[in-house]
Amino acid sequence: MARSVSRPRVGRFGIWIGFAVLLAVLPWIFRSSLALTMLSQMGYLVIICLSYNILLGQGGMLSFGHAVYSGLGSFLAIHAMNLATKGTLPLPIVVIPLVGGLSGLFFAALLGYVTTKKSGTTFAMITLGIGELVAAMSLMFPGFFGGEGGVTTNRVYGGGFLGLTFGTQMQVYYLIVVYCFISTVLMFAFTKTPLGRMLNAVRDNPERVEFIGYSTQRVRYFGFMIAGFFAGIGGALAAINFEIVNASDTLSAARSGGYLFFTFLGGATFFFGPMIGAVLLVLASVLLSEVTKAWILYLGLIFLFMVMYAPGGIASLIMMNVRVAAHRKLHQLWGWYAALTATALVLFVGVAALIELVYHLQLESASGSTLRYLGLMLDTQSIATWLGALAVAIVGGTMFEAVRRRFALEWGRVQGEIEAAMVFKEPDAEMPLGGKAAVREASLGAP
Amino acid sequence: MSTAAAPAVELKALRKSFGKTEIIRGCDLAVAPGERVAIIGPNGAGKSTLFNLISGRFAPTSGEILLNGKRVDGLTPYEINRRGLARSFQITNIFGHLSVFENLRCGLLWSMGYRYAFWKFLADLRDANERAEELTRMIRLERKHDTLAMNLTYAEQRALEIGITIAGGAEVILLDEPTAGMSKSETGRFVELIREVTVGKTLLTVEHDMGVVFGLADKIAVLVYGEVMAFDVPEAVRANKRVQEAYLGSVHGDHPAHA
Amino acid sequence: MEFFVISLLNGLSYGLLLFMLSSGLTLIFSMMGVLNFAHTSFYMLGAYLAYSISGVIGFWPALVIAPLLVALIGALFEKYSLRKVHKFGHVPELLVTFGLSYVILEVVQLVWGRATVPYGLPPQLQGPLFTLFGTQFPKSRSFIMLTALLMLLAVWLLLTRTRIGLVIQAALTHPETVESLGHNVPRVFMLVFGGGSALAALAGVIGGNTYVTEPAMAGAVGSIVFVVVVVGGMGSLAGAFLASLLIGVLQTFAVSIDQSLASGLQAVGVPVGPQTFGHELLDLSVAQVAPILPYLLLVLMLIFRPRGLLGKREN
Repeated sequence: MARSVSRPRVGRFGIWIGFAVLLAVLPWIFRSSLALTMLSQMGYLVIICLSYNILLGQGGMLSFGHAVYSGLGSFLAIHAMNLATKGTLPLPIVVIPLVGGLSGLFFAALLGYVTTKKSGTTFAMITLGIGELVAAMSLMFPGFFGGEGGVTTNRVYGGGFLGLTFGTQMQVYYLIVVYCFISTVLMFAFTKTPLGRMLNAVRDNPERVEFIGYSTQRVRYFGFMIAGFFAGIGGALAAINFEIVNASDTLSAARSGGYLFFTFLGGATFFFGPMIGAVLLVLASVLLSEVTKAWILYLGLIFLFMVMYAPGGIASLIMMNVRVAAHRKLHQLWGWYAALTATALVLFVGVAALIELVYHLQLESASGSTLRYLGLMLDTQSIATWLGALAVAIVGGTMFEAVRRRFALEWGRVQGEIEAAMVFKEPDAEMPLGGKAAVREASLGAP
Repeated sequence: MSTAAAPAVELKALRKSFGKTEIIRGCDLAVAPGERVAIIGPNGAGKSTLFNLISGRFAPTSGEILLNGKRVDGLTPYEINRRGLARSFQITNIFGHLSVFENLRCGLLWSMGYRYAFWKFLADLRDANERAEELTRMIRLERKHDTLAMNLTYAEQRALEIGITIAGGAEVILLDEPTAGMSKSETGRFVELIREVTVGKTLLTVEHDMGVVFGLADKIAVLVYGEVMAFDVPEAVRANKRVQEAYLGSVHGDHPAHA
Repeated sequence: MEFFVISLLNGLSYGLLLFMLSSGLTLIFSMMGVLNFAHTSFYMLGAYLAYSISGVIGFWPALVIAPLLVALIGALFEKYSLRKVHKFGHVPELLVTFGLSYVILEVVQLVWGRATVPYGLPPQLQGPLFTLFGTQFPKSRSFIMLTALLMLLAVWLLLTRTRIGLVIQAALTHPETVESLGHNVPRVFMLVFGGGSALAALAGVIGGNTYVTEPAMAGAVGSIVFVVVVVGGMGSLAGAFLASLLIGVLQTFAVSIDQSLASGLQAVGVPVGPQTFGHELLDLSVAQVAPILPYLLLVLMLIFRPRGLLGKREN
């Protein structure tokens, strides 16, 4: 039977309106200036992570060098702003992100041609090499890249735009979210176009694509350029936000790694996954780094566990449970989730204590031998502290493993019931990026 | 079959070596438009290699491959596909994370001219969607319209494989062991399907199941050690002594299908 | 003349070190299809472990113990982590090694600190091996060359002459067949991964005291090793060998050349000054450009010969 053509063009309108309202209203919910800074960063990182997922989740291309395109977008944007300030290039600031986008597009076209000649692991290594190339070149051209001090600008120039000078963080935030909303809509729409769908096909079966008339390399190349375009927009917004761009940070392998980390963590198999990832990126780099020096270690361990046990990321975990809830079976799992969380917490407290103790010894021994941990004062010199932390970790670990196994059985049972009920009723497959497949896959290989 | 028209597929002194091993040792073959040819031969004879050469997956070491009279040897698979040749695979080669409908639609996007468009919505492509619907019906998977390809049964996936192959409307179809791994009843139904969907097209199919071969083919080409030993109507091939020695063994067909 | 010979020798020793690293990476990639992003992290770990061990019982025992320890760590990682991810495909495998690289980096910084550690040469390797035209060629570098060549020989013999080597080669392309013949293929993979990691660690043990031992050493050499593998041709040991030497020699020579395009042009009479268009580019000395030469080579190789020096043509 033919599918209904009458449903809304770009997904359900309600969700998009809700999204727009949420973006508009967030600074009034979280009122501190720290929150506003973080929300602004989240705004453009959402664009960048979504653009990264065009490569990873939609195209199956693992890139270690995406910061090149967001970074070059930042640099060209900041130079454009400086030129505009001088009067050479009269571009109002609201158009600057497009300058970033076009430069992202340009460099993706230039470098992408060579990069997309290969696929899979070779592609990944090429992106790494080109990322290093650009980062190294930045040292050679201090005139453009600003050397160690970077390039600065003043975003308040010219006559303003409709009375807005974009001097305040609030106004910059709204500039960012307007672009964020439009970019998100466009990138979502892209997944529903012929090129978008063929990009998925290339991800699933690059060889077969050639036998239905498409050049796999071309499809990847065009996808690469579109990803570069949006990355450039995000980068330009970052430049506007901070009014400074520094090559060693903006073009670094660490930044590319961050995009990869958090896009994957958020979930590469669902469209909204990278948006979660972007939020987590900002929370981790701004808040978590203040709480503990070991934040990168924690992130690394979380990432390892995610890859091993939940490769679809947080988004897939959410959607799995949404599916269970839709079949009204979620209440059966509440108890187990509670137990899982409790034991995981115990395990975490123990492990984190050990990590913090070691970090304290190594990095802060100058400030004495005791450290504050969850309100307790722990003495790094005392054996009892170490043994205590170890004991907590071991107890937590054993309990967690025991609960996890029972949970896996329960989960499997629930999935079985759902599958049986679904024999004649196929769910709506209107989920790009193989969403339902990720749900199914992940549910079969349950945590 | 008009003898004046150029052959749909023609092979001239085709050779292919992998390193020192020569797999195809000089093949000559001319398939007329609309003809249905089954390619049979012992394992290792080079049947899949032949398909790979014709469809552009490999480039020949020497010799010529012509499609509708024009040379296509050395072209990429997509260039050959755009000239009107499509092939299926022995090991199912579909887009696992896309639905049945999406798989078929992908198969026809290029031939309908949509190319690398990112400014149109798939939902708005009326002709592509209608054709994809039609194909879903033709391969009898309407009930699995939105099922992800990786969740289909084996026989359904084989049907989808054929669907993708014919989706683009190519005039020359290559089917590589389409009934591989199927039970007797599935095979029978599948052969019906193949007959229906390839009406009026030139068909080359590699097959091991003699029942299928004698049921589908106008002509049989026997490939042994990389050479075409015989190319004739089924009765003649059946009676051919050399072929009998090399391959068929008994006179009556119905050898068990084997991979 | 002496500059040429000494630079050549230095380049070759650096190149052979690169080869020690890229060969382990290539082996693991060929065998298991996994690109081990943490390979250079094992290199770093080898150097740091050797530093600690040689502080206690000396360099020569460390030369043996450190790689074995790292081999153990690698094998355990393969068994408990990488294996779980195998069913998800190659991208998650790469990602899990990517995560591991971060964890190793953090742990190394945690245990040994963020500054350079004074991992020094043992007395037997200090000083020059010979003096050529007044310039010395250090014993340590020749030791690197020796070890690298011996290692290459040993691996080649192992793979082609021993039973386990044959099993490994077979498991490379037909793991299921090999398993059905009764071989414990998962254990073979664990051995290969551990072995490859040990090679990386060995490179770290001998490279760490000739060059510098610091947290950034993994990243610094990491991308170059990847370039070597791609330029040489994915999966080709001989290609990796060629590419390692090529890049090693190229970089060593480039770093010592202070000429630039501008000086070259001026030498042939073309006036170049601060007003000339693109003078920033022209003024760059070859030495300043040296860090990006491997990547330029990568880009050029991809444009003109995508399969690499000795890679197989992809079908």
